Amino acid sequence: MSTTTTAQGLDRRQVLKSSLTLGAGLMIGFRMPRAAEAKMGAAAGTELAPNAFVRIGADDTVTILSKHIEFGQGTYTGLATVLAEELDADWSTVRVDAAPADAERYANLFFGIQGTGGSTAMANSWGQLRQAGATARAMLVTAAASAWNVPAAEITVKDGTVSHATSGNSARFGELVEQAAGLEPPAEAPLKNPEDFRFIGRKLLPRVDVPAKTDGRAKFTFDVQMPDMLTAALARPPRFGGRVKSFDAKAAKATKGVVDVVQIPQGVAVLAKGYWAAKMGRDALQVEWDESAAEKRGSAQLVTEYRALLDEAGLPARRDGDPDTALAGAAKVITADYEFPYLAHAPMEPLDCVIQVGDDGCDVWAGSQLQTVDQGVVAGTLGLEPAKVRLHTLLGGGSFGRRATPNGDVFGEAAAIAKASGTRQPVKLVWTREDDIRGGRYRPLTVHRLQAGLDASGKLTAWSHRIVSQSILKGTAFEPFLVQNGIDNSSVEGARGLPYAIPNLAVELHTTDVGVPVLWWRSVGHTHNGFTTETFFDEVAAAAGRDPVEFRRELLHEHPRHLGVLNLAAEKAGWGSPLPAGRARGVAVHESFSSFVAQVVEVSIGDQGLPKVHRVVCAVDCGIAINPDNIKAQMESGIGYGLGAALHDEIVLEDGFVRESNFHDYRSLRIHEMPEVEVHIVKSSENPTGVGEPGVPPIAPAVANAFFHLTGKRVYRQPFHHVIERS
Amino acid sequence: MKYRLTVNGDKRQVDVDPSTPLLWVLRDELELTGTKYGCGVAQCGACTVHLGGRPVRSCVLPMSALKDREITTIEGVEGPVATAVQETWETIQVPQCGYCQSGQIMTTIALLEKKSEPNDEEIDGALAGNICRCATYPRIRRAVHDAAAKIGG
Repeated sequence: MSTTTTAQGLDRRQVLKSSLTLGAGLMIGFRMPRAAEAKMGAAAGTELAPNAFVRIGADDTVTILSKHIEFGQGTYTGLATVLAEELDADWSTVRVDAAPADAERYANLFFGIQGTGGSTAMANSWGQLRQAGATARAMLVTAAASAWNVPAAEITVKDGTVSHATSGNSARFGELVEQAAGLEPPAEAPLKNPEDFRFIGRKLLPRVDVPAKTDGRAKFTFDVQMPDMLTAALARPPRFGGRVKSFDAKAAKATKGVVDVVQIPQGVAVLAKGYWAAKMGRDALQVEWDESAAEKRGSAQLVTEYRALLDEAGLPARRDGDPDTALAGAAKVITADYEFPYLAHAPMEPLDCVIQVGDDGCDVWAGSQLQTVDQGVVAGTLGLEPAKVRLHTLLGGGSFGRRATPNGDVFGEAAAIAKASGTRQPVKLVWTREDDIRGGRYRPLTVHRLQAGLDASGKLTAWSHRIVSQSILKGTAFEPFLVQNGIDNSSVEGARGLPYAIPNLAVELHTTDVGVPVLWWRSVGHTHNGFTTETFFDEVAAAAGRDPVEFRRELLHEHPRHLGVLNLAAEKAGWGSPLPAGRARGVAVHESFSSFVAQVVEVSIGDQGLPKVHRVVCAVDCGIAINPDNIKAQMESGIGYGLGAALHDEIVLEDGFVRESNFHDYRSLRIHEMPEVEVHIVKSSENPTGVGEPGVPPIAPAVANAFFHLTGKRVYRQPFHHVIERS
Repeated sequence: MKYRLTVNGDKRQVDVDPSTPLLWVLRDELELTGTKYGCGVAQCGACTVHLGGRPVRSCVLPMSALKDREITTIEGVEGPVATAVQETWETIQVPQCGYCQSGQIMTTIALLEKKSEPNDEEIDGALAGNICRCATYPRIRRAVHDAAAKIGG
């Protein structure tokens, strides 16, 4: 529900302000940079720098500074599109650089600090970057008007050229830079009418980062090479919560290329010349762990404990009407329990961080997703002022939430290693794939109980949803604001906002205490809550003898944007039309992060009885479509990511040890399993919202719903193979 | 231990432990970082390079076992097939995070050098060893077809 999401945005802002007050003590709050900055640019005589987000060079180059990390979701291109639109730039001259870590100038306006997440990059930047582009354009126009002695109102701008038709004058941006740079930026510049957009909404505006990603030039943190750089590998406790008791570094130090072995609070680090020596050195380390405080429960035990909680009332997250009475009086009650495993994010580039301590603070290079937090953690570890930590954000090789840790994990490790070793050489801390799969910060393991009541006429009168989960935010600086009345929003999002018109409705939460570190995983609570609500709704529709699309339409009459995507997907997929034998359709619709997505899938039974998904018809409403091709790409991506996890993935703890270790047992969707995807974008004049996550939630329930039509089996447990094993 | 090898046509010499996989020689010794580490156990294909023209997983190829030492990496690919593949990757806008794409492209070039018009099944067969966590697969498939058509046309 949009109200929930909006509230969440506000919550996040407050919380992060709070975290900074508590922690690093940074200044926060956004301001448009002042004229002073523009004048600095003028003094250099080389560029127009009217604000924090754009630099125009005498060579016509338009450099846009991205306050958000690019890790595949297309943010660099999206932000550049918005700014270049209002600037009327020549797209071929546009480039994007990462902005430095600076919470004052580059805060996420929904967070209050610098960071990327919750599919907010476009939504929070929309007004800011339009204004930034319009301001720069206005200065160029003023400069031209003065140079040509013509009225500014008669000047036009297109593709990086400023022209005056009557006098025949025209100039490229670069030719006007020097004069424009001497002007005071206007407080506010007029924005375009959306009907005049030329870049926004263009079918295909080439991504700015693609050329370097086709020939090996794109630099990720793992690729940083510097003279004298050391590579560090860290031995971490095999069970979460373990600590170093003692270690023997003799064999490690005897390994060729190993330079140093140091203990830090998180484990024992081997510093070496290059990755292979660091890994060999770590393999040779003998560490004895103190596991007195370690989490020793396994997944099976946790599930048993969680299931016991399903019989007890939890804390209320939402309560409409009187669900208990309505259920007790229902003509038919449907009940289903669900179970979801821990999930790792497994971005292609494992976590990594390069740090170099110098006389004047330190430099850090990494794919930072929460720059202000990461900068604060390094500063805190090294005893520096945050401003002395120069954090350079590099491209991220995927994240899916993994690079945004509320405690700046990998940054804390790198800083602790640099501190313990005392080295002034650059140190590149790298995680192996095994470190990544076994390193925690998983999507929480959850169990759910859903109950629905139908009256004698088949009307859905009651809905109850009980969730058992660890809290992602408890114990972090985010807790005071994002956990309210005991409810962590990330545990109940997607369930609390159920859009269906049901008069009696309860959503309850049990928050558990487990020593396994958890984190937001691409679409967060919407993954399990989107699955349970959309598969259970299908089950209820079947119990009521109703078509799943029809039943949804009826109960979504007050939610036009849900209805819009549902109807579009159903129509384009030919819902109700005959299919070849052995195939069935399934549908799901879900809102997350203020974007609306419906998917209709066509499924058959494939290898080992698993669903084989042939086709996905996806409809998305994310407000004004800034880059339609990227919206399509993100829907394709969310579908593939969500499908891979639903078909194959689970992190299983056995006595506290993680069973999986690499891509052989923590599968990823592969090309032969990828369905054909067809994306339709709803035309909208609403402000743009995100697309990085919202494609994920509907895919697994849509497939499970189709699977039921093929097999008669409901999917109550993920991944799918558990359902097949029991058959 | 000293090894001589030819990378992208240049003769190079390195002094490394014999167990060192080719991947780390390329990345840490020769600073050719376009070839990526993703798993270290030949499961993801991010480290794919050409050895004597064939695609291999450089993360599990220790220098001691390297007989053929004519290596081509993403930085050194050339010729009509490579050009067509890289151009098509741009036209179709395949990459998202981009981390796996060197491996996807190296595998595709090797496929098209061998098979000028692969069908979907052959494309899946050749590329099933290359993981993309962003799931750019539909675009990869389209790009392979388009590149094949470009070369053939």
